[in-house]
Formats: sequence, C-alpha cells, structure tokens
Amino acid sequence: MIDSQPLGINELIEGHTFKRYDGELSHLHYLVLEMGALVLSQVREALAAFKGRDLALAHKVVPRDGEVDRLEVAADEEIVKLIARRSPVGSDLRMVMAVSKSVSDLERIGDEAVRIAGLVIQIFGSETNDPNSQLARDVNGMGVMAITSLKSAVELFDVWSEEKARAVIERHREMEEEFQSGLRRLMTYILQDSRNIGVAISLVLVIKSLERIGHHAQNLAEYTIFQVKGEDIRNQNP
Amino acid sequence: MSAIIELKRDKGERNKRTPLPEVATIADEGVKTVGEWTVSNPRIRCRNVNVYYGEKQAIQNLNLDIAGQEVIALIGPSGCGKSTFLRCLNRMNDTVVGCRVDGEILLDGQDIYQEGLDVVPLRARVGMVFQKPNPFPKSIFENIAYGPRIHGFASSKAELSEIVEKSLQQAGLWEEVKADLDQAGTSLSGGQQQRLCIARTLAVNPDVILMDEPCSALDPIATTRIEQLIDELREHYTIVIVTHNMQQAARVAQRTAYFHLGELIEVGETARIFTNPRHKLTNDYISGRFG
Repeated sequence: MIDSQPLGINELIEGHTFKRYDGELSHLHYLVLEMGALVLSQVREALAAFKGRDLALAHKVVPRDGEVDRLEVAADEEIVKLIARRSPVGSDLRMVMAVSKSVSDLERIGDEAVRIAGLVIQIFGSETNDPNSQLARDVNGMGVMAITSLKSAVELFDVWSEEKARAVIERHREMEEEFQSGLRRLMTYILQDSRNIGVAISLVLVIKSLERIGHHAQNLAEYTIFQVKGEDIRNQNP
Repeated sequence: MSAIIELKRDKGERNKRTPLPEVATIADEGVKTVGEWTVSNPRIRCRNVNVYYGEKQAIQNLNLDIAGQEVIALIGPSGCGKSTFLRCLNRMNDTVVGCRVDGEILLDGQDIYQEGLDVVPLRARVGMVFQKPNPFPKSIFENIAYGPRIHGFASSKAELSEIVEKSLQQAGLWEEVKADLDQAGTSLSGGQQQRLCIARTLAVNPDVILMDEPCSALDPIATTRIEQLIDELREHYTIVIVTHNMQQAARVAQRTAYFHLGELIEVGETARIFTNPRHKLTNDYISGRFG
C-alpha cells in the first residue's frame, strides 16, 4: 500500500514523459491553492469584522466573493481540459478528482464567509441588535476553531498528508459539539428576554456558517485521504 | 498559510524531486506480484513460469490465474515480456529457436507443456489473433473453412457453410460479406480483415482467444468494432489481450496485469488498477511517467 508519508505536489505529479502534462497539473494545483488562500482570508476577515464590529471590513468581504467564483470557474475549466486531453489515471486521476471536489467545497466556504459578513452588517448596523459580550465570545471561540480547521485543510493541498487530514476530521467532531453548546446558550438567551430573538437568530446563523465551514474543511480532508490512499472514507464517521 | 506562501514563493526550489516510497510487495508463497493473481475458477493456471531466449531470461517466476469468461489485459512497456507470456499460452514460443519455458501452465487442469502433447489441437483450443491482420490469400469463405476442414469439424459442405456463417456472424462480419464470400480475404478493409481473422479463430471452436495488439493497425472506428466484439465474445470465451493502448485495456478488460522487465508486477480488477494501483511502477507506467 502507498505510504502515508506526506507528499508534496511535485512528488505526486513530476516526471511525466509529456512534460506539458506536469505543467497543467501544477497549474491546477496552484489555482486550488490560490482559491484556498483566498477563502481562508475571507473567513478570517469576516470573523475579524465580527470581533471588531467593523462594518467597513465586512463590506470589503462581500464583493471579493466574485474572485472566489472566478477561481472556481478557472479550476473547473482546467479540470475539464485535463480530463479531455490527458485522460488522467492512477494518482493523477485521484488528484484531479480530489481537486475537482475540493474546488466546490472552497466555493461554498467563500459563500459562508460572505454570509457571515452580511450578518455582521445586519447585527452591528443597528444599535438595538448589539449582542452581549458572552455570546460574542461564543462566536469568536467557534471562529477560531473554524479558521484552524480551514487553515489545516487548505495546507493539505500542499503536504497531502493522511495523518494531518485525519486530525482535521477529528477537529470537526469537536466543532460539532461546540455548535450544539452554542445553540443551547442562545436558546437560554432567547428565553431570558424575548426581545433578544432578532439578534439570537442572527448569531445562530453565524455559528451555523462556522459549523458549515468546519464541515467543508472535513470534506477537504476526506478528499486528501482519497488522493493519498485511494480510499473513500466519506460517511464512515459517526 | 505559511506553507502556501512558501510554496508560491519557492516554486523553483520545490521542483527538486524526492522519490515516492517504494510499495511493499505482498509476500505469498514467494510470489512478489501485487494484487489478485489467483481466481476461484481458473481456466488457465500458471505457476512459477520462467521463459528464456538462450541465456536471456524473458519471464521471471510468473504466477497468474486466468478465469473463464473474462477478458484480461496484459500491459507494460516494450520488452517487458507480455507478448512472450501470451505466446506461452498456446506454445507459439516452440517455434522460436533457443526459447525455453519452465514451470507449469495448466489449461482446464491439463499441463499444456507435458511431453508428447500435440500442439495442433492445443492451438485450436487456444486461438490467436495478431497485431496485423493476416488473412490467407484465399476467398473469405476459404479463410474460415480452412481450420474446421483440417481439424475435421465438418462432415459435409452444408455443415462447413454453417460453421463459416456462424463464425462470421459471431465476428460481426456476416452482414458485410455474405454476398461476397468468394472474394479474396485480402480485398477487405483492415478492420474487416481483423474481424475475418477473429472469425477464423472462432471457426475451430476455441476456449481461449489470445490477442496480440489486435487494434494497433486499425483506425478508431474499426478499433471500436473490435472492442465491441471482444465484449460480446467474453460471454463464451476467455480472452487474453496484449495492448499498448491503456484506454483500450480500461475499456475491454475485467482484469489488468502489469508487466515490467519480465516480471508480473501487479494484477487486479481493471477499475482498481487505473484508479488506485498499489505498486509504484504500475502507477508510473499507466500515468505516463515512463514506458
């Protein structure tokens, strides 16, 4: 069986007899890395906007989603061309499939960042909606977890490590638990004072977006394991 | 992020390659081949097969089962031994001066290399289709009728005509040539000639059909027709095909065997070989890294 030792992309793709093929795979790889870096930055800034109640920063996140979409289309075009012209097989096929699926997840992570930015504008755009600092801490805590997971997941495109991918999957379980705790706290907040419903719903949507980001990060990790081991582990986790 | 930034910055630096880890071979009774080299219902069973051309060893300790009603593709770079192995299966190598085969090759439990075995009926049971269509310089009818006649498979002209028609039908050629059976076989197109050769093989009622790059001289449409034919023939015959066209192996074969420098490196279900080969050499070859 293929070892789980971390493999860089150059180790995975280099050395085709047709050198242009290496270049095409490498280009696809850089597109996905660029997309990963961009969505990570979008999520970071959306959360920074929440933490700093920074409406201007939140307004910057929204239009940058167009760039994420452009990269998704560019990566998809590369993938179609690669399949049509090179008929990738073996580890190349697994890489192309893993990247193809990852691109969709990255685009959705980008959408979640925009959603969070929109909620920041909604929550902090009105003084009556201002959540208390305890609830804001919940969002910030989950935000740190989401960013850590996403960063590790995006870095998997560089190291293709099974071990690191499994760590990302494990972290998502913790995030799920944190999400459930956050929901319970928000419910209590609503019960204390029904005037809190508006802001509580917005906060639920924020932590739901963070939970989704964690879930997409888990998907990226599962595609990495498929790439490295040829093993499809989706739906195997309780 | 650091890794990403570093990767972008040091693109040139990172082009230094480190080799993929070598894949451990599965040790099973001394067999180094990775994958499913045995089957539960073998039609052909090869054990410890070694082939030599004079001093040079062309096949090393090959172990492989081939099931009934399966298409198995043999792939590998030129000179890897796949055609040599194919020719062992109906003793075509006997005609090569200095060629020596040892080990055991059983067809339905019978050792095909046993002393005194008549190779003529063996070659009827294990027919062969070559790279270049090679019809006899005779009529289409005679191309097919020749085999059944010398093997005594037909007792009358009518019976012979029936065999010719059935064989041409099985080879998907009947409708195209039924009005021209007296025409020379060599007057047909390349693809039709190859199907004529397949019909000629079928006419002597084989169990196994060996194909040595049967489509390499054909255009894509003729190739597709042969591949469709292989798929249909699988219902009744065991087919072993040597091909350099990996897409063809992926399309027609249920199992694929990868050869390298005279060794059977890996064998397994075709879909697995082309998505998740276990041996680094297999992955490198199928993905175009050498060969």
